[in-house]
Amino acid sequence: MSAYEKAVEPGRIDGQQLSIRLGQGAQAFDAVQCLDFSVEPGEFVCILGPSGCGKSTLLGALAGHLQISAGALRVDGRVVDGPSPERGMVFQHHTLLPWCSVLDNVAFGLKMQGLGKAERRHQAGEFLRLVGLQDFALRWPNQLSGGMQQRAEIARVLINRPRLLLMDEPFGALDAQTRSKMQELLLDIWTRIRTTVVFVTHDIDEALFLADRVLVMSPRPGRFIEDLRLDFPRPRHASLLTSPEFVRLKRHCLELLRHEEGRELPRLTPLGLPSADFPPLRIAL
Amino acid sequence: MNLLYRWPLRLVSLTACLLFWQVAATQRLDLGLITFTYVPTPGSVLEAAVALLESSKLLAHLSSSLGRVFVGYLLAVLAGVLLGLAIGRSKWAEDSLLPPLEVLRPIPAVAWIPLAILMFPSSEASMIFITFTGALFPILLNTIHGVEGVDPRLIASARSLGAGRLAILREVIIPGAAPSIVTGLAIGMGTSWFCLVTAEMISGQFGIGYYTWESYVIQNYADIVVGMLLIGVLGMGSSALVKQLGAWATPWYRIKGKH
Repeated sequence: MSAYEKAVEPGRIDGQQLSIRLGQGAQAFDAVQCLDFSVEPGEFVCILGPSGCGKSTLLGALAGHLQISAGALRVDGRVVDGPSPERGMVFQHHTLLPWCSVLDNVAFGLKMQGLGKAERRHQAGEFLRLVGLQDFALRWPNQLSGGMQQRAEIARVLINRPRLLLMDEPFGALDAQTRSKMQELLLDIWTRIRTTVVFVTHDIDEALFLADRVLVMSPRPGRFIEDLRLDFPRPRHASLLTSPEFVRLKRHCLELLRHEEGRELPRLTPLGLPSADFPPLRIAL
Repeated sequence: MNLLYRWPLRLVSLTACLLFWQVAATQRLDLGLITFTYVPTPGSVLEAAVALLESSKLLAHLSSSLGRVFVGYLLAVLAGVLLGLAIGRSKWAEDSLLPPLEVLRPIPAVAWIPLAILMFPSSEASMIFITFTGALFPILLNTIHGVEGVDPRLIASARSLGAGRLAILREVIIPGAAPSIVTGLAIGMGTSWFCLVTAEMISGQFGIGYYTWESYVIQNYADIVVGMLLIGVLGMGSSALVKQLGAWATPWYRIKGKH
């Protein structure tokens, strides 16, 4: 039995009257407000919404990077309190450590658990095979393409066998072809590692193609305005995108999102408000 | 690979400078504002250098200078990197440690010499202190800058993967700040040489700086230039050594060259 086939216990999410406040002083605002929702164990949920609507903020709270300001957020009945390897997070741009080989990056979570070098490298190798990167184990992350970096990132999160897999527009920065390959790869992995997935995207096609369930969010303050259950059979392939039922649902989603047209909001991140690219240099060198 | 065709120009430039020196010194060129009347010729400098190499004094001068730089610089590396990590990571450390350091920072190491002589029991210790002061601030500031420049997403994602405070420091902060720390170490190496030589001129018994100044006092003008060149070579060599060690320590980090 390979390492990744060990049982994963998918998590259940409960949010009650959940609000998250960002910013400080007079500029503070509710990024999401009074959300009531729950996600069943093993469900693949996409949160769909326009840029800046607070969907990434909600994901940041699920990961434990952001504090909720009101209400309750529980995973498997336990209040979310800070980051945990049980709630793995994939960002839009990879966060692989540039100073570790791809293999050691994937093995990072096991290193934190205190596993020995040989064992963690062995397991990391299996997870790299799972995402098709076995030939790139000893490269530096910046030697990989964008798609490969995200695959390594997914492997690195999955090696912790998380109850939740949280993904913040993980394929948003990839070209269309790579993106559709990555979507199929993700579904393929998910058939083997059946964890709960919360996938944030503003791409309607992506949400409908991947999810069991799509939660549509309106912008600021973010609220769920639709809860769609999708029963397209799995495994799904690209041909699904042109089926009549898919097109009908897509039209429905477009209308939901169109209500909010004309209001463009800056992107929020799972770590709160977007920061400047470089910290201010407080001291002259 | 493009080094090959760039070398001729570099050599020509060096030769031209030497040639100008030779001509200006033999002709006792006097430009009014600046005069080459007392400047020794390259030939006499070479002779003086050979004489110094053959004498037993060189080893004593070199070893005392190198020893002082080594001790002062090492202390500065320890203090600069540790303080920099603390200040970069903790608001509390920043507020309690940075203000006094900010006041001390603009004071050039040379201005410390009189007080250092009064404060330390031996001139040896005061010179090491000057070297330490010179190297401390470039190392400290570059470390702080490097620590604060670490991508917060890397820290967040390491926490999500189960890293605690210490593990984040070891696995994310220190390697992330390493390129900047290496830059600080290289700059600090240069400034610590600079400060040492100045300190030696004033309070030394042995050392390259002392040798250079003594040559002036006893009117051995060729030896002055030998001393200066020695300082240049040693400073350059030690900076190159630090950079090379730094490059080995940060193999993932490559600065793209000029084209």
